[in-house]
Amino acid sequence: MTQIPQTPEDGRDLDVQPSTRTAWRRLLRAASPRPTKGTLLAGVLAVALGFAIAVQVRQTSNAGLEGLREGDLVRLLDTVNQDNSRLSDEIVRLEVQRDELATSTDLEQARAAAQQRLDALGILAGTTPASGPGIVMTIRDPQAKYTAAMLLDALQELRDAGAEAVQINDGRVGASTWFADGASGAVTMDGRTLSRPFVITAIGDNNTLAAAMEIPGGVSETARRMGGDTTVLIRDTVDITALRPLSTPRYALPENQASPSK
Amino acid sequence: MIPALGLLLGVIIGLALQPTVPLWLQPYLPIAVIAALDAVFGGVRAVLDGIFNDKVFVVSFLSNVLVAALIVFLGDKLGVGSQLSTGVVVVLGVRIFSNVASIRRHLFNA
Repeated sequence: MTQIPQTPEDGRDLDVQPSTRTAWRRLLRAASPRPTKGTLLAGVLAVALGFAIAVQVRQTSNAGLEGLREGDLVRLLDTVNQDNSRLSDEIVRLEVQRDELATSTDLEQARAAAQQRLDALGILAGTTPASGPGIVMTIRDPQAKYTAAMLLDALQELRDAGAEAVQINDGRVGASTWFADGASGAVTMDGRTLSRPFVITAIGDNNTLAAAMEIPGGVSETARRMGGDTTVLIRDTVDITALRPLSTPRYALPENQASPSK
Repeated sequence: MIPALGLLLGVIIGLALQPTVPLWLQPYLPIAVIAALDAVFGGVRAVLDGIFNDKVFVVSFLSNVLVAALIVFLGDKLGVGSQLSTGVVVVLGVRIFSNVASIRRHLFNA
């Protein structure tokens, strides 16, 4: 039997230096069943340990709320309570709204709400006449070099500046309005040739709209570059009387009509 | 031999009975298990060192479990329960590793 020196890694092996074989023999001797009082006691402890490990592993694998600490539970409860009260408020609010709409006793109110939506949508779609503060801009273009693209730019500039309703000459501008260049410099809008000068009427914040027309590289400068000029009149009230025909969409169906709500 | 069989027996009993851990014991059981494991590995190392003593093993096993549970209990009362649990687990983990390293050197000389 050879004594192989061990590498002292933690210093504790310096005094006791058993060989590997001694260690194995000791392990075997310890493993042999000797029913002394000490081993039996150790066995009982081992049973307890194994039991605890199995129970704890099972507990952890299906740990729910019961594994959390008090602080975590309180926080969780707070969150749930907040959610609950918020959602209850919403339920109450929506129920009130539903009752208002559903009961015929409040028909007037429902009608008013519907009318309000109708007006807003009518102005948006161009099916309703509108009036309000705005600007009247005249684009003079004697050389007929102003193109459809420039007119589209002007319209976009107006929309960016917050124009809510726009009319060009006697045509109302809507969501589906389109421009095209016609023969010999003519510009058409929605298929109708626009006569020069273009008169654009827009309803919105009139000062903002007027300022937007004057920005460098904007509508006025483009007109000047094309050999024309623009005049912008700021009015407290302008009237937009031109209307667009109401077109029924061929493909798009409103969601709540496709699947009627109860 | 008997303790190893006991460990196996305990696991089987635990799996078979499927008991639920009582609420008051839940924070302490994992820590107690780690502490007991530390005692077990310490015992194996003592066997290999030739200095194993039944009484020392039983006492160290029980005291490890009790002290670990006490530390967690105290930590819970002081409001630092989770941090102390982590600390206990780290310390016991380090001890288990060093014991395992010693066992490995005894058995495999490496």
